[in-house]
Amino acid sequence: MEAATHAEAAHGHAHGHDDHAHHPSGLMRWVTTTNHKDIGTLYLLFSLTMFFIGGLLAFGIRAELFQPGLQYWEPEFFNQLTTMHGLIMVFGAIMPAFVGFANWQIPMMIGAPDMAFARMNNWSFWLLPPAAILLVSSFFVPGGAPAGGWTIYAPLSTQMGPGMDLGIFALHIMGASSIMGSINIVTTILNMRAPGMTLMKMPLFVWTWLITAYLLIAVMPVLAGAITMILTDRHFGTNFFNAAGGGDPVMFQHIFWFFGHPEVYIMILPAFGIVSQVIPAFARKPLFGYASMVYATSSIAILSFIVWAHHMFTTGMPAAGQLFFMFATMLIAVPTGVKVFNWIATMWKGSMTFETPMLFACGFLFVFSMGGFTGLVCAITPIDIQIQDTYYVVAHFHYVLVAGSLFAIFSGTYFWLPKWTGHMYSETLGKAHFWLSLVFFNVTFFPMHFLGLAGMPRRIPDYALQFADFNMIASIGALGFGLSQLLFVAAIIKCARGGEKAPAKPWEGADTLEWTLPSPAPYHSFETPPVIK
Amino acid sequence: MVSIPQLNLHTMRKLLIVSVAMFGFGFALVPFYKKICEVTGVNRLFKPDDIANTQIESARTVTIEFDSNLRSALPWTFKPLQTNVQIHPGELTTIIYEIRNNSDRAITGQAIPSYGPQLAQQYFKKIDCFCFTQQTLQPGESRRMPVVFVIESGLPAEVNTITLSYSFFEVEGAARKAG
Repeated sequence: MEAATHAEAAHGHAHGHDDHAHHPSGLMRWVTTTNHKDIGTLYLLFSLTMFFIGGLLAFGIRAELFQPGLQYWEPEFFNQLTTMHGLIMVFGAIMPAFVGFANWQIPMMIGAPDMAFARMNNWSFWLLPPAAILLVSSFFVPGGAPAGGWTIYAPLSTQMGPGMDLGIFALHIMGASSIMGSINIVTTILNMRAPGMTLMKMPLFVWTWLITAYLLIAVMPVLAGAITMILTDRHFGTNFFNAAGGGDPVMFQHIFWFFGHPEVYIMILPAFGIVSQVIPAFARKPLFGYASMVYATSSIAILSFIVWAHHMFTTGMPAAGQLFFMFATMLIAVPTGVKVFNWIATMWKGSMTFETPMLFACGFLFVFSMGGFTGLVCAITPIDIQIQDTYYVVAHFHYVLVAGSLFAIFSGTYFWLPKWTGHMYSETLGKAHFWLSLVFFNVTFFPMHFLGLAGMPRRIPDYALQFADFNMIASIGALGFGLSQLLFVAAIIKCARGGEKAPAKPWEGADTLEWTLPSPAPYHSFETPPVIK
Repeated sequence: MVSIPQLNLHTMRKLLIVSVAMFGFGFALVPFYKKICEVTGVNRLFKPDDIANTQIESARTVTIEFDSNLRSALPWTFKPLQTNVQIHPGELTTIIYEIRNNSDRAITGQAIPSYGPQLAQQYFKKIDCFCFTQQTLQPGESRRMPVVFVIESGLPAEVNTITLSYSFFEVEGAARKAG
């Protein structure tokens, strides 16, 4: 609270605007705010909180898997842990974090004064905390939290206790929030760019978010439809997924993954955007192949709609279907390869320095590419049939989601913290955070490839003895990875409270509009749009 | 020229229409999915299979075991009159299942077949089956129903036993259970 009032006072004399001079102070400032920077901060803090809640659940999972046998939890509770870890990390941590970045950065990067619909922006954020409370409180209802996996497959989800209803309502609310946020972002980008900023002059982060927002508008309603069908199957006697009534549980998988596959790109495209800002800034060279980056991002988004059934190779699809989805999936490696090539080409002969944002961006490149390659392995139907629902898949998607999305979020946070707070973060803390994260990440997830290839199934609290060593290594890594994240919090708190004064443009090679503003960015920026040459 | 707020509202309206349409699209996937299954022949549970005129392989004998299950606490008795038969591939065989409604209300059920081993399914051709239609039983009514089938001669040599298992589901069951 004190910090908020302090920040408020600081903003008060940091800029000379006399309109909006009387916004409420204290807690009410954050509840009623329509300022894109405040809302961005709220999103990021919310996401950080959920990241630690989800991380705590992951601790629960890894503690149980430290040794074979059942140590701490009943299997039913273990299932709740894996399910809730997934739901919270996907919908509570990764997605809101990127929306937070969008809120802070998009108006500043396109020279707009604020988001297009400032009031709706406030709503889309404040829908999230109630949704999170609903979701987490499902642990305390009879039968416990959703336990059918984050994919909430029927018939598990149609037969579970009331925890599933809470989960469904939470997803509905988070979906509504995402759709509102996306409409806001698309509208802002399409209508409010500074004069002279054509679409092909937009920073790549803005481009990736424009495409992501379109994806969200297209697929979040489909998820809403699917979970509404589960809800009516559960309570109103419909039989969408109920085999007894002529429904088909496999159909749920089709509808879910029609949402789910674009969803995984929703979680990675903004990460591509952040990395595309960070790498040129620290290589002190413009991004290599800007136009091809835009086309690659768009191709990935379009292809994401025709590959969903690669999640379902073992459901008894006809061979023709398997072949189609296999080749379509592999096609995605082409635009993704273009992106990785362009990032490396940007570094080529650049005058590189390795501050924390750049370290995380390089870590992203290295580890995300590994995750991309295991993705190609999973795409091969005969191999997928072998490794479906094993730890190989767990390793794959943590390589792309943790080392991909999360490392990009870290990179972006360190990159823009000076602009947000007006102080430089502690490079020592940042570097320690990076190296510990990178090492412990690999200690945790690399052994999972071997576990999966050897046949250890995911989402099971116990395992055969021959998996014991790798599981122990993974659990030690997870403990280390989790504790390393405390350094991230320490770095943020230290930076927010003070430190070396940040110049307007702390990164020599950064060239987007937000760096023309003083640090910290004034509460109201670009009320007169800049002119882009 | 339109002002920016007007332009924004206009954009929002278009995007809202897209998201509502996509919500509808989610539901439209249901009939679409059923149609695809019908056209491609996936999920052909309720139709008689086509069989070619096959030769009886009298040198080979396959054991067919019959199994019966009830789901959703269906108050019926459901059992095959014979637990197994020994037949030759290509031979037309008829067996009988019996169901009885033990409750005091009329109940409609649907039987779903499954096969062990799973790969036997494609060689197990049913010409007639009570599972092709829903079965409605009055209180206390009992009924004997045939399954007429042929095992195709392409059945891999290592398969010498096939289990045909039926599960009867109550058709309106979901509604009552949730209430």
